[in-house]
Amino acid sequence: MDAPVTIRIQQDDFDIAREIAALSQGRTDIGAVVTFSGICRGSEGGDDISALTLEHYPGMAEAEIKRHADEALSRWPLQGLTVIHRFGRITPGQNIVLVVTASQHRQAAFAAAEFLMDYLKTSAPFWKQEESAKGKGWVEARAHDDAAAARWTKS
Amino acid sequence: MKVKYFAWVRERIGKAEETVEPPANVRTINDLIVWLSARDESYARAFETPKVIRAAIDHTHVRPDAAISGAREIAFFPPMTGG
Repeated sequence: MDAPVTIRIQQDDFDIAREIAALSQGRTDIGAVVTFSGICRGSEGGDDISALTLEHYPGMAEAEIKRHADEALSRWPLQGLTVIHRFGRITPGQNIVLVVTASQHRQAAFAAAEFLMDYLKTSAPFWKQEESAKGKGWVEARAHDDAAAARWTKS
Repeated sequence: MKVKYFAWVRERIGKAEETVEPPANVRTINDLIVWLSARDESYARAFETPKVIRAAIDHTHVRPDAAISGAREIAFFPPMTGG
């Protein structure tokens, strides 16, 4: 059976426990599930943030995540994976993104989750705008995120 | 072809999408940036630092030298900051 892949781009919040259950319930071939959730921080560089607004490119966002999900499946022995990315206005403490990976042994699930997150940061078409006392401003891309993604490139 | 803009590129140009008919000598993504920038000040400001502009053709990331012939949808946007 092909490993199930779920990709959702949504405004609504997600339930981490429900997503783990959806991936693993009723199966006995899974020995490890890794989840990563990205959460909106309440401050950035010493400045309080009142909210983030995430803009995305509908169609391409799904396609780009699918490309990297397929690559993760080809690189690691996974039993399934789920990626959920929210858009719209998100306040501190709320969820932004979820990656769930399932495998027989933990190494593949850990590595694939990290790989997917590194690529989500640098190549999935999403843009964050911060709201703070200074007003609204677009978040700038960070060089260390590019470096994190580049380390997965086969040399 | 349809052209879409996102984040501050969209804000500077003042629209999210439009349909353009560039002349035949506009062959690449970079040619299209130069051609759009010559239209008016808002495009020139959006594209003033070409090296930070990212582009996609039909939902796939491409480099500035990518050919645009046959493209249905081209998008311009700043470096991505999701996740």
